[in-house]
Amino acid sequence: MPELEGIYTIWLRENKRFIRYRSRILTSVVTPLLWLLIFGTGLGSAVRFGGGLPGGYIAFIFPGIIGQTILFTAVFSGVSVIIDRQYGFLKEILVAPITRPSIVFGKALGISTTALIQGLILLLLSFVVGIQMTLSIFLMSTVVILLISIGLAGLGLLIASFTDSMEGFNLILSFIVLPIFLLSGALFPVGGLPSWLKIAVYLDPLTYGVDALRAIILNYSVLPLYVDVSIISLFALIMLLLSAFVFSRREQGLM
Amino acid sequence: MDYIIETKNITKKYDNFTAVDSVNLKVPKNSVYGILGPNGAGKTTLISMLCTILHPTMGTAIVNGYDVLKNPKEVRKSIGIVFQSRALDDILTGREHLQMHASLYGVPKDIRKKRIEEILDLISLGKKADEFVKTYSGGMKRRLEIGRGLIHHPKVLFLDEPTLGLDPQTRESIWKYIQELNQNQDVTVLMTTHYMEEADKLCDEVSIINQGHIITTDSPSNLKRELKADTITVRVDKPDKFMEEAKKLDFIKEIFLMDSEIKLMVERGENLVAEVVNFANSNQIFVNSIELEHPNLEDVFIKYTGTTISER
Repeated sequence: MPELEGIYTIWLRENKRFIRYRSRILTSVVTPLLWLLIFGTGLGSAVRFGGGLPGGYIAFIFPGIIGQTILFTAVFSGVSVIIDRQYGFLKEILVAPITRPSIVFGKALGISTTALIQGLILLLLSFVVGIQMTLSIFLMSTVVILLISIGLAGLGLLIASFTDSMEGFNLILSFIVLPIFLLSGALFPVGGLPSWLKIAVYLDPLTYGVDALRAIILNYSVLPLYVDVSIISLFALIMLLLSAFVFSRREQGLM
Repeated sequence: MDYIIETKNITKKYDNFTAVDSVNLKVPKNSVYGILGPNGAGKTTLISMLCTILHPTMGTAIVNGYDVLKNPKEVRKSIGIVFQSRALDDILTGREHLQMHASLYGVPKDIRKKRIEEILDLISLGKKADEFVKTYSGGMKRRLEIGRGLIHHPKVLFLDEPTLGLDPQTRESIWKYIQELNQNQDVTVLMTTHYMEEADKLCDEVSIINQGHIITTDSPSNLKRELKADTITVRVDKPDKFMEEAKKLDFIKEIFLMDSEIKLMVERGENLVAEVVNFANSNQIFVNSIELEHPNLEDVFIKYTGTTISER
């Protein structure tokens, strides 16, 4: 199966790159811890959190912060195809006798693996915020994290297909990544929001990812778990197909 | 003659600009074929279409028996490519690049290791093979790219400006490497260049391309011969007498005295050197030295386009 081998090869490169940039692994653990410990403790002490969760506000945002880590890793790794294009490495992959969808799948799977590694490290650190971790929470979270990250990696790849240089990086951050993060309910409950904000929140795919993680880790969620999982699965499928389609269509200006 | 690449009126248009205009190329098997032209002549566009990276606007090409439009995947399996710009990942090692390429191109697992060792031998990376590419010199990176292009034993190796931006010494070593490659491996090399010297030294056949058109195609030596302008430079003890007597020789197209040197413009100078010396002797003129100069490809280019290649 040459296509499978191609997908595996691209997956392997993505993971080698992740492991070799040590600073990335370090920041991927430190940044969420800063959010949890400083922002979580700070805001948690200032407001009286009405969720009735045993761990309080800091436990409430823990699944949200996992979602945030996955979001940043997946979208930015997807967008990093722009760098591959600029440094010419993308051409080497594009002229290989494998199909464009295989390239996209390999890349998306590679990215979701690196996002999963970060997510799992955070899950192992759940004791910091006083959450009891069990094997079933761990396994179910793995599935949900994989689904979210495939979808978000697809989104990143899709953005990369339309963008030629990293100059647009700040635009991507301000107009795509930050809104997805802030609207996802990672930092606040989405139950009692004004309706204009509620609409935006429910249009955000990460909302369902965070809600699913909350359902699994805290047994606390707005929607039933199966609804959340169905929606993020659908999102992953659509993003994967869409990015494969757009990526395949784009043929000019590669050399 | 067996042709490994044949293009049929291949054309690429961008809006109002025609980058490649109805080009018909025939590249003989196992040759080193050069596409020579200034920057912006359409060389890279042409190669990109042959590599199936770009779709031709019109026409098509047959590479190793496969149509680039109908069988792009088979074409890709038959070719190796070294791009003009670097296509390496800084954070992978040389060996990893080869491994990655071998699996992307479906080199069978059981022979993969052997192939990689062969290529590493060929491109003599030595211990650097297991270090990150970011520590490589320019020449090593280029050798790695050429070696990578060969790992799946392609029938055609495309080299797009293989020595662009390399220092003269590295350039020489890449040339030597390309020559050895063509002699020792069953591979046709199609290269683009805008260095006259490079085309002259390496290519069996050269097509000169300008503004998307192929202007002429021939071996470098024939192209130069066409100019009919070899120069024989002689130094004699009695230049004035030589000038006087030489007017009787009808193979001399032009003759002039520069300082103490006499320059004769002739066709096929290599057949005439002995004759010139005998002629001088028979007239009791002593020849101190005689030199034959062929025109270079730069002269050929000027003849066909009216400009030097570097003027654009």
